[in-house]
Amino acid sequence: MNPELEQILSRAQTLYEDVDYKAVAEWKSCAPGRRAIGYMPIYVPRELIHAAGMLPVGIFGGGDRLEIIRGDAYFQSYICHIPRSTIELAISGRLDMLDGMLFPSICDVIRNLSGMWTMLFPGRYVRYVDLPQNYDARVGGEFWRRELTAMRADMARLAGGEISDQNLRNSIRIYNQNRRAIRELYQARSESPWLFPIAQVYAVLRAGSVLPPEEHTTMVRRYLEVASQGSTLPEDRSRVVLTGMFCEQPPLALLITLERAGCWIVDDDLLLGFRWFTGEVPEGGDAIENLAQAYLTQSVATASCYAPDGQRGRWLVDAVRQNHADGVIFCAPSFCDPALLEQPMLVAALEREHIPHTQFKYSEDTGQFAVIREQAGTFSDSIRLWSEA
Amino acid sequence: MTKDNVQESTVQKERSMVLQKQLIGDYYDSLGRAHEEGKRVVSTFVPGNLTELLRSFDLLPILPEINALQSGMRKLSANFIAEAEKHGHSEDVCTYVKCDIGMLKLGNVGPTGVKLPNPDLLLLSYTGCFTFLKWFELLRQEYQCPVAMLHVPYLANGRIEPHHVDYVVQQLRTEVIPKLEQVSGRRYDEARLSEMLALSAKAEDDFVWVLESAKNEPSPIDAYFGGVYYIGPIFTAFRGTSEGVEYYRVLREEIAERIKLGLGPVTPEGTMERQRYRLVVEGPPNWTSFREFWKMFYDEGAVIVASSYTKVGGLYDRGFRHDPNRPLESLAEYCLGCYTNLGLPARVDLLERYIREYRADGFMINSVKSCNSFSVGQLLMLRQLEQRTGVPGGFIESDLVDPRYFSPANIKNRIESYLQMLEQRRTAGVTA
Repeated sequence: MNPELEQILSRAQTLYEDVDYKAVAEWKSCAPGRRAIGYMPIYVPRELIHAAGMLPVGIFGGGDRLEIIRGDAYFQSYICHIPRSTIELAISGRLDMLDGMLFPSICDVIRNLSGMWTMLFPGRYVRYVDLPQNYDARVGGEFWRRELTAMRADMARLAGGEISDQNLRNSIRIYNQNRRAIRELYQARSESPWLFPIAQVYAVLRAGSVLPPEEHTTMVRRYLEVASQGSTLPEDRSRVVLTGMFCEQPPLALLITLERAGCWIVDDDLLLGFRWFTGEVPEGGDAIENLAQAYLTQSVATASCYAPDGQRGRWLVDAVRQNHADGVIFCAPSFCDPALLEQPMLVAALEREHIPHTQFKYSEDTGQFAVIREQAGTFSDSIRLWSEA
Repeated sequence: MTKDNVQESTVQKERSMVLQKQLIGDYYDSLGRAHEEGKRVVSTFVPGNLTELLRSFDLLPILPEINALQSGMRKLSANFIAEAEKHGHSEDVCTYVKCDIGMLKLGNVGPTGVKLPNPDLLLLSYTGCFTFLKWFELLRQEYQCPVAMLHVPYLANGRIEPHHVDYVVQQLRTEVIPKLEQVSGRRYDEARLSEMLALSAKAEDDFVWVLESAKNEPSPIDAYFGGVYYIGPIFTAFRGTSEGVEYYRVLREEIAERIKLGLGPVTPEGTMERQRYRLVVEGPPNWTSFREFWKMFYDEGAVIVASSYTKVGGLYDRGFRHDPNRPLESLAEYCLGCYTNLGLPARVDLLERYIREYRADGFMINSVKSCNSFSVGQLLMLRQLEQRTGVPGGFIESDLVDPRYFSPANIKNRIESYLQMLEQRRTAGVTA
């Protein structure tokens, strides 16, 4: 393996495996007064945190790398896994380095988790980020501008200073660069998935949850450049789109299993918040207005956001077409309301277009993959052997 | 049967019960005839419902949650849920949704046997429950009808801020009312809406009086199992109607009489005589075994004096009233203030007040699998309430309308053990 590639992947893998968030503690220790703000999936305006000079830290649960000792005592058996491991991270002291926590409006579980946080950790900053479900600029836009303004004031207060317009515009520019780099990586992966194995892409992407965006953009760009020069030859596999994984993340081994079962993953909704906007947020003018408008008009389609046009599943069909995919794997966490309630609508959209699909569920700490491998392998084989194409 | 806690000789339908049965029956009949009579119908949800606004346009509301719970009580839901799961709906998700979709797939015959009309509009009052959003997206695909989306901001800190009200009112003006005008062919008539809101407030006064009658000892009502009947008209299609006002007037009179006579609540097996435990309950009831569930409490002399479920359609007992002088603002405040739209700390505060104000001996959480909005955080709520009040809590698990998740032996065992523990504390002289 190219030494630079090895170095990038080693760094990304170390960050991925670190459930003690040492990188965040290190970042904070580099200068006095540095602060870090945690956020949960899917989308929060990280620009506001960054513009205040603080580090946005993505909290995506403990995956399969954390033993749940006390977290299970807070949740009934029929609730998904990410809140358990997140509570475990917090009550075990692993999130003590955070100076605040943002909970976006993804589902009732994450919403109620914000209230649990308030009760469990009195005195710590907690904010429920109520994303607008009305996309009229005069109505939902006005509500969201107000929320953004309030959040800006909160971030400034936590950082102990003001957030200047110039700083905010600069942060928008930096996150535009980050999103652009990730989009390019996804595009390259779609074109030559054999050069960008899912385990590598995921680890590099996930590093963005703890690295400052500038550093993460550099990592993504270096990875893109070095991995593009790889000499791996393409194999005859099925090209699939993965969907349903926008919140609780699957264990890396599950993603690797899918590839080993004969699938090239050409698109997915993993860590979707890092690619939330489909285009650039304008970098000049009124920064709050730009962020608000971008949310209303450039957000990706996903289960947690209302679809006013009723075209549920259109985006998935488009993803299949644009990435020349052969089929779709629905891969949702057990008990994930948004993904599982959405699924019948997506299935209907795919079936109208005669796009093959299969489905299974996982938990972030799933450890057995034999059945998934068999199912994904059969799906891939069926596409390659019997599809009309 | 003569159990020491229930006096069978008093089993009889009170006038309010007859009245309510008539109201519900007429309501479903009117839905069945709606389209042939040229009336338009709008599907919407109980929390944050805009019944007066709909009725001011002469539109009839259909409430899928009510259809689902009625189907559950009539043992129809298991078949509907199986049908939905056959169509690819996950076993993990809300059983109200699957009951509704299964009913639709099997011909849309409602719980009373009347075929329900297809809705002309889906009014998605997105209040306190994420699932609502997906539910109506699913229904939109089935019915191919328009949707009016009303996003009600969540009150994470339990307080209504002016900009919350502005946001909801703006949506009423720009999204909801224009679509109601379009569907009904009528112009928005604020004076008519105000008249209806005045009727709502009148009924709400009597409703609150009924709920608070449980502060008496003995309590003349069961504020959970009986409470679900009392909330029926005011949470659904009868707010803002003279029938609704009349129902609550009659109900209040009956309960006043019960207080005068020192009588307990009416259970399916008669009047409850001995009240050994006063409990507060958090969470919705199970509907598929509703009577069996209730019996587990009254057989042991446990009466529910306050419950959070009877607040999902509005927190009237904390002072809210629909205000005819501020019609849209008042509707916005109503939507915002529903129980499941409150952050967990505010929910704990409310339950703590109930435990103290109603002098409860204990509190019980019925955690339902279907409803993450209610259920997530309840184990922490349990601990917080115990710490704050010194009153011990009990915890049971069931579901709304999926009978597979109602395990009678386990639930009964837990309830009995919990009540025995209360008894032992009492004997030992432990008080909060």
